[in-house]
Amino acid sequence: MRRILFLARAEVLHIVRDRATLAQVLVLPILQLFVLSNAATFEIRDTPTYIVDSDVTSTSRGLIERFGGSGHFRIVGQSASLDAANEELLRGNVTLVLTIPQDFESSIVRNRRGDVQLSVNAEKGSAAGIVQSYASQIVNAYAVELGARFHPGPATVRAHEADPAPLRGVPRIEVQVRHRYNETLNYKHYMVPGLLVALVTMIGTLLSAQNIAREKELGTLEQLNVTPLTRGQFIAAKLLPLWVLGLLDLVIGLVLAKTVFGVPIRGSLLLLFGTAGVYLVVALSIGLWISTLVETQQQAMFVSFFIMNIYLLMSGLFTPIDSMAEWVQYVSMLNPVRHFVTIARALLVRGASLADIRMPLSILTVYAFAILALAIRQYSKRTA
Amino acid sequence: MTAGLAIETRDLERRFGRFVAVDRITFDVREGEVFGFLGANGAGKTTAIRMLTGLLAPSGGQARVAGHDVYTESEIIKRQIGYMSQRFSLYEDLTVVENIQLYGGIYDLSNAQIRERTDAMLSQLGLTGAAREYVRAIPLGWRQKLAFSVALLHQPRIVFLDEPTSGVDPITRRQFWELIYAAAARGTTVFVTTHYMDEAEYCDRVSIMVAGRIGAIGTPAELKQQFGAATMDDVFVALARPAAETAGSGAAP
Amino acid sequence: MKALAGLLRKELYHILRDRRTLIVITLIPVVQVIIFGYAIRTDVDRVRLAIVDPVPDIVTLELRSRFAATNTFQIASILTSLTSPTGPGDVDRLFRQGLAQGAVIFEPGMADNFGRGIPANILIVTDATEPNTGSVVQAYALQVIQAYEREHGAAPGMVRITTSVRMRFNPTRESSNLFVPGLMAFVLTIISSLMTAITLTREKESGTMETLLVSPLRPWQIIVGKVAPYLAIGFVSVLGVIAEARLVFNVPLRGSLLLLLGEGLLFILVSLSLGILISARTASQRVAMMGAMVGTMLPTMLLSGFIFPIESMPWPLRALSNIVPARWFVVVARAIMLKGTGLDYLWRETLVLLLMAAVLLTLSTRSFHERLE
Repeated sequence: MRRILFLARAEVLHIVRDRATLAQVLVLPILQLFVLSNAATFEIRDTPTYIVDSDVTSTSRGLIERFGGSGHFRIVGQSASLDAANEELLRGNVTLVLTIPQDFESSIVRNRRGDVQLSVNAEKGSAAGIVQSYASQIVNAYAVELGARFHPGPATVRAHEADPAPLRGVPRIEVQVRHRYNETLNYKHYMVPGLLVALVTMIGTLLSAQNIAREKELGTLEQLNVTPLTRGQFIAAKLLPLWVLGLLDLVIGLVLAKTVFGVPIRGSLLLLFGTAGVYLVVALSIGLWISTLVETQQQAMFVSFFIMNIYLLMSGLFTPIDSMAEWVQYVSMLNPVRHFVTIARALLVRGASLADIRMPLSILTVYAFAILALAIRQYSKRTA
Repeated sequence: MTAGLAIETRDLERRFGRFVAVDRITFDVREGEVFGFLGANGAGKTTAIRMLTGLLAPSGGQARVAGHDVYTESEIIKRQIGYMSQRFSLYEDLTVVENIQLYGGIYDLSNAQIRERTDAMLSQLGLTGAAREYVRAIPLGWRQKLAFSVALLHQPRIVFLDEPTSGVDPITRRQFWELIYAAAARGTTVFVTTHYMDEAEYCDRVSIMVAGRIGAIGTPAELKQQFGAATMDDVFVALARPAAETAGSGAAP
Repeated sequence: MKALAGLLRKELYHILRDRRTLIVITLIPVVQVIIFGYAIRTDVDRVRLAIVDPVPDIVTLELRSRFAATNTFQIASILTSLTSPTGPGDVDRLFRQGLAQGAVIFEPGMADNFGRGIPANILIVTDATEPNTGSVVQAYALQVIQAYEREHGAAPGMVRITTSVRMRFNPTRESSNLFVPGLMAFVLTIISSLMTAITLTREKESGTMETLLVSPLRPWQIIVGKVAPYLAIGFVSVLGVIAEARLVFNVPLRGSLLLLLGEGLLFILVSLSLGILISARTASQRVAMMGAMVGTMLPTMLLSGFIFPIESMPWPLRALSNIVPARWFVVVARAIMLKGTGLDYLWRETLVLLLMAAVLLTLSTRSFHERLE
């Protein structure tokens, strides 16, 4: 109705003229995008390694060289002392200690058998497993090389490491590995779509909560409540500009994601914005609901920040949902942010279609209706 | 509905928990009257006005405004009333014209109507030059007058004013009351609350609330005679002191 | 001194009387540790694996059962259609819908080729949207395949090097051991900012701040009076959080509990001081709140090493993280709990925290001095 347009116009003027709000809408999200995308990474590279070489032969040196040249490991120290290595581990200076025993070369020459020990600082959980894996692969590849060197004849070749000279007579499996959607294993491609969701959420919830709380604080809300303006019209007028703003921020964020971070956009943009539109209704309704509970802008800010924190940390944005405890995974189904993060990644990185995101999208839509209805009901022009 | 009555209440009541802010008040306001709703701070005036304007639900009793029941028809009432709240009601970060346009749109005035009435209002107030100023740049007295005019923008039958002249200098107060008379002359009922007893003299009839109850009601002349007082201030003192002594505590919101 | 005691008593009354806030303050850390402790994890296990086995034979069936037997993988689906080698079609659909995170694609005639010494091909496709998942799928799948190969494909002259692996400090490699100590820092930070926000809002609203400032109380006494009671509450939070870490998440405590408590207390002191400084310096409450939140919660979450390893960040952020108090406490908490180290290893971090506390308190005191003039 016409009333909505009049009020919405006033809203836009408020937003544009309030520097604090503008900062929150334009500057803060962009800043966060840059800082967060650089901070939020679990990449494992240049793992600091300490070598304890008790053998000091060409064979042991060969292994050490393989480690150093692998690109995964950075050798920060070497000695013959196990204690020194232990110190480094305790101090947190190294993640991996490679220990080569005294009889390494002689054992290999005589018995075709060698032993090495890896000590991994497993503080970091799953990263330790990956570190161990890389290390083991280097050792195994070296073993193959040594086999070829000492006994130039039929040898088993690990195809994905070295160039296979197809030899007959030895059973072997050639493995090829393909990393879909993210060949370079770039963490930004994982994080940035999720961060865009966070951006949009901030605008949605934080701003709408503050907005209405401010009117309460100033007393202008009372004035509006005395007019024939209905709840629905009031809410529509308040939320509409923020809805548009949220989508606008998404556009800006996407442009940055593509140009600065090289995040792919494989799926349909229309679908993305459609989903974003639905999601924004959810986020805005939550902000609205918060505003009905508080009296001042500060409280609005604090409560929304708090709730958003929880939502964001449990949404699979930073840490994968698959890693969460099972019961938490179920609870997170109630978290609208989770669904939008899933959709955003599916659309942008995996090129999903509507059929693929059917479920999270339906859930979001149901939420949009439910929470909006709840918030509207909660909002009353008349105090009981 | 009793004809000719803009507002009628019977035993109107509002409780907050165990505290009774408005204690079964009964009064009428005739159409076209300038009715002063007086009382000390905390006597229950604002609570009463909020019930009449549909901002607060009564705990008990009956009330009709502009012929409609406040319990069931408050939205209809809102179309026919104007309101100027105690806290400032215009948006400070919008210009004068933008504020007027906003309320015009909310009350479903056509664009033409909005334009006409804006021009008329600004020239009446002498604010034509300040049309594009932000409201926060305008001095307090002018703002109050502007807020009042905006409350009348949609030509309501009744206008409720809650302490409209608080914090304003005497000259501006005088000008404000001239605006009130002008509105009344056009047939608008004016219901105004104030704690300035001298303003009571300007009203057609007044009621004085003491600790949630109506202590007295009538024309200023009647009341002065009733209490043997020279000014309305004296009337109030005569009323308030015994009540303060017996009641003891309790300030109504 | 008597004045200070009086101030302390009044603060204590305020706190104890405001039941609701008290409950909120003590409940929040407890609830948060539980929720986040179960949610913030990076363990990659129960990876949903799709198998594409167009022509099952001895080799493929054996490999399949080995995959199923691991903890890392769970077989999500078995497809028998042979799609093109680049992995589109069904596998892709499984990825897009999140039903599988990796796929092992056997070619037909594996057993034949393997037996005859012709390379038998397997294609492993990972959903590398989350890079570490991709790495883990690759690493563990390769391990399974290579173990099989070694057992069945032994050849004379082959050299075998055995790697024995010791996982230090966290043998089960559960990421909760990594995150929970850091979570403690995060939760304590939130509590501290909450508490300073509350106390200062109260003072400003009731207007008693000015009264305090003109009283005979010296500024440092005012600050001590404000901080001390909340330090006590914070201490209760520290106890609660450590208890949860031990009882709910079984995080070991190999070092000294006393040291951990002491460091925890020190950390809360730093956080409270930061909060007081922010509120002392800002005029508007709204800005103070914003400052407290943005200045403490966000950096703590992102730059403290609590979730994201600092070593992985670019150097500007690494440098920035040094001024985040939580960053130092995270190191301390992890070291004491997982490594069992003592003050001799942690003196540097402890010194930094002490310094921060001293600086912040001094600055706050000075701010109050300024307000008086």
